[in-house]
Amino acid sequence: MTFILSLITFLPLLGAAIISLFVQGSDLRASENAKRVSLVTSLFVFFLSIFLLSQFDYTNAGFQFVEEFLWLGFFNYKLGIDGISISLVLLTASIMPIVFLSSWGINKRVKEFLIAFLLLETLMIGVFVSLDLFLFYVFFEAGLIPMFLIIGIWGGKDRVFASFKFFLYTLLGSILMLIAMIVMWDVSGTTDITKLLNFKFDHKPMYFLGIFMPVGMQTFLWLAFFASFAVKLPMFPLHTWLPDAHVQAPTAGSVVLAAILLKMGGYGFLRFSLPMFYEASLYFQNFVFLLSIIAIVYTSLIALAQTDMKKLIAYSSVAHMGFVTVGVFSFNQQGLDGAVFQMLSHGFISAGLFLVVGVIYERTGSRDISSFGGLTNNMPSYAFVFMIFTLGNIGLPGTSGFIGEFLTLIGLFNENYIYAAIAALGVILSACYALFLYKRMMFGDLIKESIKRIADLSLREKFCLYPFVILIIFLGFYPVIVLDVFSPSLELLIEGLE
Amino acid sequence: MIESIKYIIPELFIVLFTLSYLTLSVLSNGKTLVAYSNNISAIFLLLASAIVLTQDISPDPVMNGFYSSNAFTSFFKVLILTLSALILHLSDDYLKKNNLQIFEFPLLANFSIVGMMIIVSANDLLSLYIGIEMQSLSLYILASFSRDNAKSTEAGLKYFILGALSSGLLLYGISLVYGTTGSTQFHLIYDTIMYSDSLLGLQVGMVFIISSIAFKFSAFPFHMWTPDVYEGAPTPVTAFMAVVPKLAIGAMFAKVLFDVFGGIAHNWQLVLVFLSGGSMIVGALGAIAQTNIKRMLAFSSIGHVGFALMGLASVSPEGLSGFIIYLFLYSIMMIGVFAFILNMEKDGVLVTDIYLLAQFSEKRPGVSFALTLLLFSLAGIPPLAGFICKLYVFMATINSGLIYLALVGAIASVIGAFYYLRIVYIIYFMEKETKLDGRMPFTHLCILFLASAAIVIGTYNLLGVEPLTRAAAQSLIY
Repeated sequence: MTFILSLITFLPLLGAAIISLFVQGSDLRASENAKRVSLVTSLFVFFLSIFLLSQFDYTNAGFQFVEEFLWLGFFNYKLGIDGISISLVLLTASIMPIVFLSSWGINKRVKEFLIAFLLLETLMIGVFVSLDLFLFYVFFEAGLIPMFLIIGIWGGKDRVFASFKFFLYTLLGSILMLIAMIVMWDVSGTTDITKLLNFKFDHKPMYFLGIFMPVGMQTFLWLAFFASFAVKLPMFPLHTWLPDAHVQAPTAGSVVLAAILLKMGGYGFLRFSLPMFYEASLYFQNFVFLLSIIAIVYTSLIALAQTDMKKLIAYSSVAHMGFVTVGVFSFNQQGLDGAVFQMLSHGFISAGLFLVVGVIYERTGSRDISSFGGLTNNMPSYAFVFMIFTLGNIGLPGTSGFIGEFLTLIGLFNENYIYAAIAALGVILSACYALFLYKRMMFGDLIKESIKRIADLSLREKFCLYPFVILIIFLGFYPVIVLDVFSPSLELLIEGLE
Repeated sequence: MIESIKYIIPELFIVLFTLSYLTLSVLSNGKTLVAYSNNISAIFLLLASAIVLTQDISPDPVMNGFYSSNAFTSFFKVLILTLSALILHLSDDYLKKNNLQIFEFPLLANFSIVGMMIIVSANDLLSLYIGIEMQSLSLYILASFSRDNAKSTEAGLKYFILGALSSGLLLYGISLVYGTTGSTQFHLIYDTIMYSDSLLGLQVGMVFIISSIAFKFSAFPFHMWTPDVYEGAPTPVTAFMAVVPKLAIGAMFAKVLFDVFGGIAHNWQLVLVFLSGGSMIVGALGAIAQTNIKRMLAFSSIGHVGFALMGLASVSPEGLSGFIIYLFLYSIMMIGVFAFILNMEKDGVLVTDIYLLAQFSEKRPGVSFALTLLLFSLAGIPPLAGFICKLYVFMATINSGLIYLALVGAIASVIGAFYYLRIVYIIYFMEKETKLDGRMPFTHLCILFLASAAIVIGTYNLLGVEPLTRAAAQSLIY
């Protein structure tokens, strides 16, 4: 029980070790075995995380299941979860089995592919459970390696450019964060996140290297963390790596990227920027709002003009993550609740959308919207699934997308109603591009020769997609089931701010 | 006097071995033992490092203040001897293939190693000078060892002319320091500086000495020779020069700065900041355009020197210990990389073009993976040990309030990541049918895998060197 978090974190690594050591050869049987091992491992992780939830104390808003070991003297191996992190751990654990299931069709360097994803799962869970500054950084940054290889080896035509762009963009942001972390350690003398949460960093105006710092040291600490998380999330104008990475990444890579990796940015804001540098967050609040609102409106408009399905969904992701940042920086219960909820809901919806694109890409080898049309005729189940994801993406009441956007907009409205009004435009725009996409692909007559014989969803694909459909609708009608998990922790966070 | 001879037993041991081996080889017309000369030397170097481990150490200078033998020197000597032994073993195969296998090779290397041991142990500017000359003269010859190759002779000559100039600077600096303080012994100069106020001559001398050492350390702005010499010299010599002298010169750099000029740290701190920042930037930018892997590693080593110097620039025990840790891990990563480069062959011909690595991962997935780990570690990506040692120097730098230097380092490591990634990209993604042969002798494979295992295990406890480096740093700071 004490080591359950370590177990959940490192179980995928064990799976990767099993694949690399015991699955020999590269023939069909070996790759089938490797796929089974990875699926079973990720299912184990999933069940363990469900078990974790069952043991989780809802009334305790602080950190639970804490484990701590000495590592290198000045920083420690410390894990623990609160309501926010357990939600994201659950998100990760529930998406990974589907990722493995959906990549059953892959046949290029299967073992390495699976090892990379298992490694990535370990690192992603590690990010959400680590309670030490440097440990967090290690997990956060190491995730770049497998993702770089995933895009670079199994990606599309321009994969090299995309993988380098992804890597260097993110690295620049995180190295600045590393320096800020060292400064934090230097000032506070600890790297323990639980202690840092109660440490007040200096916020008296001052000059540093000749530059005026309006909220003191917090200014550059906040900016450095912002650089890292804003790239990861991604926020306008640092979002340009995302469409490239998504378009080039294999389906499974896109799913992980959109559903989980982007959430690290939001998680970082909630865990570090907000509670640790509250004064700076307050000072930069309008700046963040402005960037988020530009992201919501501008990227939605760009999405309208896309001809590549994946690119369209990538831009819509940027827009939806804009809601997360406005929620986080509204500093009130509704906004924060909405932000976390939006992260979870976007995790499921974007994963679903990338999977449905993957399905059709596998069949036809094309992601160009204009090469489809009238798919409803041959693929009724596919059309149904796609419909639900589209509606979720729009934020239709009754889907989880609605709850997230609604709560964040309430939060924003409490702070600034003009911004809220503009941000609400994003909801309309998302309806435009999402429905427009659906119309062009699904409706009309099936006239294109190349897709006349296209087959409907296979059993495996149904297993991949229906869980998301159920989750999106279920959370849309009964959001309290997850709100109960993370609300107390967010409440505690807000109390700490004053 | 005669009892203090026990402090130089390892050096004497190597010198005696080398001289007797030389005599034997000359008498036997250089033919009988030549096939084993590298490995025999390697074994003797390992024996010497065992002697260092059992040797007496003394907190005070020995041999009338000419020499020192303490935790710091033992640490570096063991490292130098072990790594040199490994490199001599790695070189063997290459020399055989290129008809360079003559008995002088390991012997010259041995002389250079003795020079480095003297450098590490020197407690007097004169013994320091002797050590540097002994090390450099052997390296000049080694760099031009491939006599029929124009690039190699050019490298040797270039290195010699510039090196001689820097030795001249060093001597001039030493004479200025002697003229101001009246002594050449480290601890006496240190004391004089503490109690005097007219330091102009001393400062000029100090700058000369630092410049000269920076040249040997290939730090910006004295780095110009590095790419040419690394590229031109035979690969085993490049490997040797990229790993072992960096340790010796680094140790000496730390020693000169803290043991001799420790009292006027405020005077050299800015110089070090300049050297460090410049090296990081030059190393990162210079490597981008290179397609020759040796030349690229030359720039990479300039960059790493810059990162290591961040530790010295922070003027603190933590910084010093970070500096030593950095050099230690750098040498381990480099030896792993060179174990691979020495075996880069296509159709039986040795090559150095990085684009020939295309699709290497399909041929040798294990080797590629180990190499990739090393490259990611050199780029400083967590959780590998290369990240941890960067973290140490960054922490020391920020702790001393040099945030701007840390920022330069941050930018340099992002640019640097690009060219390490480029190799990974070529190995894994590039679609071109130019596969290397991929054959590696078993021991070379072992060294490669041990190096990459070391940087993975190193994330847990830095291979246990942290307390050692602390002790080493302590013995340096009075």
